[in-house]
Amino acid sequence: MTEKCELTLTINGRRHDIRIDPRRTLVDAIRDDCGQTGTHIGCEHGVCGACTILLDGEPVRSCLMFAVQAEGRAIRTVEGLAKGDVLHPLQQAFIDNHGLQCGFCTPGFLMLATGVLEREPDISDEDLLDVLSSNLCRCTGYANIIKAVHAARDQMKASSGAR
Amino acid sequence: MKPAPFRYHAPKTIEEAVATLAAVAPEDGRVLAGGQSLVPIMAFRLARPAHLVDINGVTALARLAVDGDKLSIGACVRHAAFHKPVVDGPLGALLSKVVRHIAHYPIRTRGTFCGSVAHADPASEWCLVAAALGAEMVARSAKGTRTIPATDFFRGIMTTALREDELLTEVRLPILPADTRCGFYEFNRRAGDFALGMALVTYRVAKGVISEPRVALGGIEAQPRRIAEAEQALVGRAPNREAFVAAATAASAAVDPLEDAVTSAEYRRDLAGTVTRRALEQAAA
Amino acid sequence: MTAANNKWIGQSVERLEDPPLVRGRGRFAGDISFPHQLCLRVVRSNHAHGRIVSIDTTAARALPGIVAVWTAADIPEVPPIDFREGRIPALEPYRQPVLAIDKVRYVGEPVAAVFAEDPYVAEDAADLVTVEIEELPILLSAADPPGEFAGGRNTEVSIIRQGHGDVDAVFRSAPMVVELELAIGRHSGVPLEARGAIGRYDASRDLLELHGAAKVPHRVRELLSRMLGITPSSIHVHEAHVGGGFGIRGELYPEDVLVCVASMRLGRPVKWIEDRREHLIAANHSRQQLHRVRAAVDRDGTILAIDDLYFHDQGAYVRTHAARVVHMTAGILPGPYRIPAYRAVGHFRLTNKTPAATYRAPGRFETTFVRERLVDAIAVKLGLDPNEVRRRNAISKEEMPYHRPLQALGEEIHHDSGDYVGLLDKLLARLEWDKLKAELARRRAGGEAVGAGFAMFIEKSGLGPADGVRIEVDTSGTVELITGGASIGQGFETVMAQVCAEAIGVHYKNVRVTHGQTDRIAFGIGAHASRATVMTASATHNGALKLRAKALDMAAELLQAPADALDIVDGKVVRKGQPSGPSITLGEIATHLEPTSKTLGTREPGLSVEGWFRTEHQVYPYGLHFAVVKVDRETGGVTVERYVIAYDIGRAINPALVNGQIVGGFAQGLGGALLEEFTYNERGDPLATTFADYLMPTAHETPAVDVLLREDYTSPLNPLGIKGAGESGITGVGAAIASAIDEAIGVPGAVTQLPVTPQRLKQILNARR
Repeated sequence: MTEKCELTLTINGRRHDIRIDPRRTLVDAIRDDCGQTGTHIGCEHGVCGACTILLDGEPVRSCLMFAVQAEGRAIRTVEGLAKGDVLHPLQQAFIDNHGLQCGFCTPGFLMLATGVLEREPDISDEDLLDVLSSNLCRCTGYANIIKAVHAARDQMKASSGAR
Repeated sequence: MKPAPFRYHAPKTIEEAVATLAAVAPEDGRVLAGGQSLVPIMAFRLARPAHLVDINGVTALARLAVDGDKLSIGACVRHAAFHKPVVDGPLGALLSKVVRHIAHYPIRTRGTFCGSVAHADPASEWCLVAAALGAEMVARSAKGTRTIPATDFFRGIMTTALREDELLTEVRLPILPADTRCGFYEFNRRAGDFALGMALVTYRVAKGVISEPRVALGGIEAQPRRIAEAEQALVGRAPNREAFVAAATAASAAVDPLEDAVTSAEYRRDLAGTVTRRALEQAAA
Repeated sequence: MTAANNKWIGQSVERLEDPPLVRGRGRFAGDISFPHQLCLRVVRSNHAHGRIVSIDTTAARALPGIVAVWTAADIPEVPPIDFREGRIPALEPYRQPVLAIDKVRYVGEPVAAVFAEDPYVAEDAADLVTVEIEELPILLSAADPPGEFAGGRNTEVSIIRQGHGDVDAVFRSAPMVVELELAIGRHSGVPLEARGAIGRYDASRDLLELHGAAKVPHRVRELLSRMLGITPSSIHVHEAHVGGGFGIRGELYPEDVLVCVASMRLGRPVKWIEDRREHLIAANHSRQQLHRVRAAVDRDGTILAIDDLYFHDQGAYVRTHAARVVHMTAGILPGPYRIPAYRAVGHFRLTNKTPAATYRAPGRFETTFVRERLVDAIAVKLGLDPNEVRRRNAISKEEMPYHRPLQALGEEIHHDSGDYVGLLDKLLARLEWDKLKAELARRRAGGEAVGAGFAMFIEKSGLGPADGVRIEVDTSGTVELITGGASIGQGFETVMAQVCAEAIGVHYKNVRVTHGQTDRIAFGIGAHASRATVMTASATHNGALKLRAKALDMAAELLQAPADALDIVDGKVVRKGQPSGPSITLGEIATHLEPTSKTLGTREPGLSVEGWFRTEHQVYPYGLHFAVVKVDRETGGVTVERYVIAYDIGRAINPALVNGQIVGGFAQGLGGALLEEFTYNERGDPLATTFADYLMPTAHETPAVDVLLREDYTSPLNPLGIKGAGESGITGVGAAIASAIDEAIGVPGAVTQLPVTPQRLKQILNARR
């Protein structure tokens, strides 16, 4: 039998002390041990991207990591995107552009896009298509997701330029 | 699809890592680096290692540097490191071109070059790069270090020369001469999928004819390799369409293609020729 | 969107569903947990067909954290899963037991159930259950002779026959006959959220709760009540957020029954969350049919008769849908064409594969492929443009309504309205077809393998016979619309709110839409067969008008004005033409209508009403698909360069949502045309058990779709004239892409099988070399 590990996960700036088996995946720990169920599980083998979170700013598939590997790292999930009542530009863009239907893949796309746009605010349409092809959506046919991310990219560039 | 139980080890140094591996390997202990290949097969319980040795904390293994005439890629160097050329010249450009074909962006932030090589999926791009360029794999165990050339390293589907207690600490790639022409072509069902077939070619041109050709195929056979017959067909010839077609035909004839329920050997044989020719055309462009 | 406007129908307003979903505050089945809950893990058969010799659960039960391990012997009182529409004695022998009893019939069939404190441990225990199987012969093709099922029965469940006219006589005298053998590959909806269910028994109130159901909560309740022998009123089915339906979800599956029975017997809530591998081998498959079809044709391209012999690969059991899909296939194959004489004979057969049922546009994706391949073949043989063949055969608008003596979903087919050829003309105009055709020919002459293809089809929606809603306004003036509908991601709440708000005169965001809760409304049709927009919206409209009338009747007394001089604007009753004059809010009216109110008079208390809509007939919207593809002759790879969908929706309540449904449907159709397939080896082992094998389109593979949405022919069958759109994006994709590929490679009739994989296309190309 394996011993449980005690560790602290820092999610959206808050510390969660948990006690889990080493084999507990990061996504399960985030959802069930830390109660942040916005990150979803779609396949558990790293293909669909529904579980995408940001780990120290990088998009990562949280179903392919163990929780024990994430101690001391900054985890950001969809719950941390909005600031109180103010939605993140990407969240608003998804609403404005009908970029979601069932909403199951949405958190994964939001975190993927957030990570990419923060690192590459000037990303080209072509490179963005490459990135957005990382995640699966079964409802929208992608067109409106792409539109939403384009709109958010352009808006985020404009508002950062204005500063 | 939850993994079976395992004991988790997180060494801080290479010495600690190999010592741990020596202790746990006999009980099915495995190395965890990027996890992008290992964790899925653990999720399917196709692999149930009793121990995982997580090397992500060994900072010495994150080294990516030029040592003389070699590019040294440490065990923890991520795919994403290669998005921008890591070295001037054709090698850096080639690696940054190839990396775009590896899975998808979020996989590349975690997955490692050496992890792909150790995993040895026949359709792995880095394995093809290693085989094509004649990479040197440095394997270290508690008993010592040895260097395994690519020709000896890939032994079959998911099978390498690594012993169970060995850690692949680095892969060394030759820095290619500045005038080396490179081409890489991959065919798959969807962007980011494992290749149904891919070719990596390099050559130099001296006095208008091809010299030092490398033609290597991946995804076609159980392991990636250089196809001597295709290279013969190029030596001393002008880099034109006829030469490329000849090389492609030779490659097609020379391979012993994989076969499965969905893809026939005949299909891969055909594809071997196509990807060879297209990679050559790219190199010439 | 100004509040005073209150005209919501036809507006692409922002969705009510979105705010919690973009914040990650959705509650999908996996997000719902109860104290002391147990996890269910199902042990599944690894054999495609065999007799169960023994099941050893000893080691599994001994694992710490395991509360129980059941096999069929532990649930003898639980009957096999019955049919959604009620008892069908002829099909009863083919129903699936909740846990396999003496035989296993497909890889993935539930054999045992493990109940544990933790899902990881549950899976550990499931691995320890050993099942000894004596293998039996395996049947993998519905076209092969039937095998043995049980009890003296074979695997041919039934033969569907539909038709009219003397087909044999027509074929005997026909100038020309075209004959094809066509196969549609096995694939399915595969939503991004796998299945899940939580059963909870509240002993304090003798109430069984099932959380996580979707699509048809009331039907599920009925079925459970029948199966478990408990009253419907002691079962509450609660729909959570649902990560995509597509026809797959919401059917009563063995696991749903298990969580209910276990929660009652073990006295703790039981949660089951399916993993992806399970989903691909245990959730409903669909689509796989083989058609041997002939058309008798006149020299001008008029189809005189169609004779279709088809084999429907049902998989191992008949599930809740009974014979719906195989039956629909026969009825709907003629599509938009007259087809004066017709015969369809469908062999409804079992094989040792995952059971099949509905998937978006069931029977229509398949038959559109078959029918439109026939059109292409006829065109080639006669040297005509396929669209000429369509023109000659399409039912004209003058012939509407057009009645067919064929059945779909229990009703005779009744084309209510439409102009099929007119829509074709609009599509051709949009494409600038002559120019495009010339350009493609030019590209082909230059060596490119490019081609275009069309498909014409009818859809069906608005399956009745009735739906009802309740509308209640509280003292704050907020409207609650309580429906028996279901939300599976399609924007149901928003659309209903728009309809309700417009008819009453409030802002749509002031309407709370309740759905999928069987304890809030007694009846419900759920959301399937594209019916929600037609049926529930119509009932909502009717109910909202009643509510408006009730409000105005009270207001008339309070404002001392006749009701017909009043209007409701943004939730306030005002005199017409005096928006800022004396007014009274709906909330105040609700207060005046309370039972103890002095102003109630003889009225029924409460500002609340029931609204109903009844219909005799489904509606048949129609459309066309158009594809341009480029083929890589060396690899067999296919790229879809352009895709256009023309569709007459009657009336679009929210055009953006309609567009979203169509584009989403297209992406799934693309998967079915080129990528997705559940394949099996000769031992009956499923080969597509991961997302690396079952390939779905990503953003890269999915081109932008140009949607030409028309509202030319509102349906005469409902008050808003709507026709529904949920399935129209998918219906024609297989057919249009197949046609385009034929042209691209210059081989007429090349594509006879979906999906068109590079490997298959290369074989076709090699055969022609």
